[in-house]
Amino acid sequence: MEKKELIAKINSVLAEEFEVEESIITPEANIKKTLMLDSLSLVDMLVLIESEFGVKIQPTELVKVQTFEALYDYLAERV
Amino acid sequence: MKRVVITGMGIWSCLGKSLDEVRDSLYTGRSGIILDPVRKEMGFRSGLTAKIDIPDLKGILSRSQRAFMPEQAKYAYCATVEALRNAGIDQDYLDKHDVGLLYGNDSAVDPAVRAVDTIREKKDTTLCGSGAIFQSMNSTVTMNLGTIFHLRGINLTISGACASGSHAIGLGALLIQTGLQDMIVCGGAQEVNPFSVGSFDGISAFSTREDAPEKASRPFDRDRDGLVPGGGAATVIVEEYEHAVKRGAPILAEILGYGFSANGEHISSPNVEGPSKSLYMAIERAGISIDEIGYINAHATSTHVGDTNEAKAIYNVFGDRKIEVTSTKSQTGHEMWMAGASEIIYSMLMMKNDFIAANINFENPDEDSAKLLIPNKRIEKHFDTFLSNSFGFGGTNATLIVRNM
Repeated sequence: MEKKELIAKINSVLAEEFEVEESIITPEANIKKTLMLDSLSLVDMLVLIESEFGVKIQPTELVKVQTFEALYDYLAERV
Repeated sequence: MKRVVITGMGIWSCLGKSLDEVRDSLYTGRSGIILDPVRKEMGFRSGLTAKIDIPDLKGILSRSQRAFMPEQAKYAYCATVEALRNAGIDQDYLDKHDVGLLYGNDSAVDPAVRAVDTIREKKDTTLCGSGAIFQSMNSTVTMNLGTIFHLRGINLTISGACASGSHAIGLGALLIQTGLQDMIVCGGAQEVNPFSVGSFDGISAFSTREDAPEKASRPFDRDRDGLVPGGGAATVIVEEYEHAVKRGAPILAEILGYGFSANGEHISSPNVEGPSKSLYMAIERAGISIDEIGYINAHATSTHVGDTNEAKAIYNVFGDRKIEVTSTKSQTGHEMWMAGASEIIYSMLMMKNDFIAANINFENPDEDSAKLLIPNKRIEKHFDTFLSNSFGFGGTNATLIVRNM
């Protein structure tokens, strides 16, 4: 999958699942703040990423994935 | 002791998604039972079930709130919204008062099965998701309703098998009688998914009359061959009488008596003595003559031994007095954890609209049901007091007596 295509898919599935406008998702934006995730709904983001992209992010690795750009890079290396 | 009244009702059932729809279904004798092909593919002996639509709460509740709710909590939410609205209670009232919550529920199988499937397949518990733990606890309905509506009084799930809903209302009434609470949201909820009743099907408890689903639930009929599982949720707002008067609430009825007992014998087969004791206790606590009771809503689920022993218990108490006895389960199937609450609402709707719904499919009595007055056609009748029975596995029994206001 091309990275551009991957980014579009990530933005689309996250916006739909967490019920936000896709337009507010920007590369430098903080994931938790933008998607309004608390410690519980953050778990659901990990479930969504595993089911959509087949990539398991361990909760302990989340410290490295704070922004959408970091998420794009993390998944691009593993998809 | 303080007087206890009902000031609001709401329901989500196979007979309708509002009080008006349910009243009409009761009046016309419509069955809510279907044959579910999915259950047959899963290996069920019987694919019969009540048909319930799961409410879509997107846009009504937040994503996080919905994530914690299994189907029965969604049914209970819809029933409670209707009940609170009818009782004249808004969120501002709930925020300023310590309103309690006692709801019957005795399983949360579907989310537990899904979580276990995920653990087995993925070997990663994180992938169960955030909602699994809250959905799969038995107290899921009360934890969800309590947080959604900001309820700050007593908050407990009542697990009393198929008498759960009835015990929830009865215990709520006791807390109000003793002055510990002014208002309690009471009710019962029941999940309807196949996993939740698979093992129940496995003990041959269900009717296999699959060629005629609407004829399958036939309480008291000689040719009954088992129950049909159903579900949904029913909520009643139970309130202290003076409190209701003071706030100008619509006072619908008074809860006069709550009787309870346990058989202490077989885990699935009921006896006659236990239910009789529950009936006697409710009547004694109500402080009325049994001649004042104008209608009996029986627990009768369409099983051989259950209906027989309840018929004997009712005859023990009422003798040759000819009071109409029906089981609304002939239309709804067995709503189990919900039944005690929904059947109060079904009976209330009949009482408020001057009719007794037909015990549909009652074509031929057996030796015991022949001693009771069981109409198989709707009766136009005014009555002001009814009695409702609920009995459950393990031999738990509950009886409520309610009077019109």
